Amino acid sequence: MVDMNLESVDSDVGAEIRALAENMLKQLEQGELTKAVALVNDLNEIRDQTLYTEIGKLTRALHESIKNLEFSDPADAGSDIENTTDKLTYVLEMTDKSANRTMDLADTGDPLAKEISEQGVQLSERWKKFMNKDINSTEFRALSQDIEAYLLNSTTNANEIRQQFSEIVLAQDFQDLTGQVIHKVTDLIRDVESRLVRLVVMAGQVDQITGIRHDLATPSQTENSEGPDIAAEGPQINKADKAVVNNQDDVDDLLSSLGF
Amino acid sequence: MIQKSRLLEVVLDKNMKILIVDDFSTMRRIVKNLLRDLGFTNTQEADDGTTALPMLQNGDFDFLVTDWNMPGMTGLDLLKTIRQDERLKTLPVLMVTAEAKRDQIVAAAQAGVNGYVVKPFTAAVLKEKIDKIFERVEG
Repeated sequence: MVDMNLESVDSDVGAEIRALAENMLKQLEQGELTKAVALVNDLNEIRDQTLYTEIGKLTRALHESIKNLEFSDPADAGSDIENTTDKLTYVLEMTDKSANRTMDLADTGDPLAKEISEQGVQLSERWKKFMNKDINSTEFRALSQDIEAYLLNSTTNANEIRQQFSEIVLAQDFQDLTGQVIHKVTDLIRDVESRLVRLVVMAGQVDQITGIRHDLATPSQTENSEGPDIAAEGPQINKADKAVVNNQDDVDDLLSSLGF
Repeated sequence: MIQKSRLLEVVLDKNMKILIVDDFSTMRRIVKNLLRDLGFTNTQEADDGTTALPMLQNGDFDFLVTDWNMPGMTGLDLLKTIRQDERLKTLPVLMVTAEAKRDQIVAAAQAGVNGYVVKPFTAAVLKEKIDKIFERVEG
């Protein structure tokens, strides 16, 4: 990063201008008008030279900063910004994959649990009959066989469900991976922000040296959220914000206050 | 009151045709699964308002569950469009969204939403809102 030190520039130039001015005054006192006018040209030249030098320095610094915004070696394919987009796409893919994998596993496990439950209910009914001595020997034989099958079946189903549970747990590994990626992206955004701030400061110095004044138009008001075209904003991170509801109860209260 | 809601369980047509609109397939799947658990199996999906609108106009849907923030046409715009449509203006609409600003909820209410659920939500909340919507619609 090129450091600009305008104060020292000012004082060097100032000294030169002062010397010339004093010289000019002397020439004028001595009646040497031609020489004095020539000195005015010298003064102009100093001003132009300083300007050119400083603008040159600033341009280089700006160029350097813009180049730095790209971060990586130009030989690398794609900048870090591009990589960031890829990284976020990766996060999207990972979370999508994990959510679907989890739901797939839950969908496969559900009928197995349902089977255990339904067969259990049915066998309980028959078992109750047996306890009340309300079944004959044929029914009892069938019941015994069904209970044996049920014991076997429920063990198999429970084992499968346990396997699915452990796979569901494994499918949460995205949190770690995407977390790391998001950390990197956050770091990059911070870095970009600080570089941009430095760019803005430098641009301000260009203005200062060249004496450019911008007519700062008042920034256009961002669409008021109370306007008729209310926009979607996505999840609210800051729950402390008074404009944001905290939970479904708040939503319900608000809606009932509106006559819902 | 208890008797009334028990009666409603029977009254609610489990075969009613429901359109689920969300740009995230996982969220569509979650809503679809929850609805299935509640006994509603006749569901279709769309990924934003632009795809949902012609489906609604051409198919006899009984209920719309929509997200707000979607590319193309948002859920709020879809709601407003539906309320302008002579044939669809009475269609019950439940908004299931992460939009949680008071202004937004008021805007949705003004646009004619029948229920509003903020994400993340539970199966119980979804059921409660659906019951409530049809309680009001039926009677």
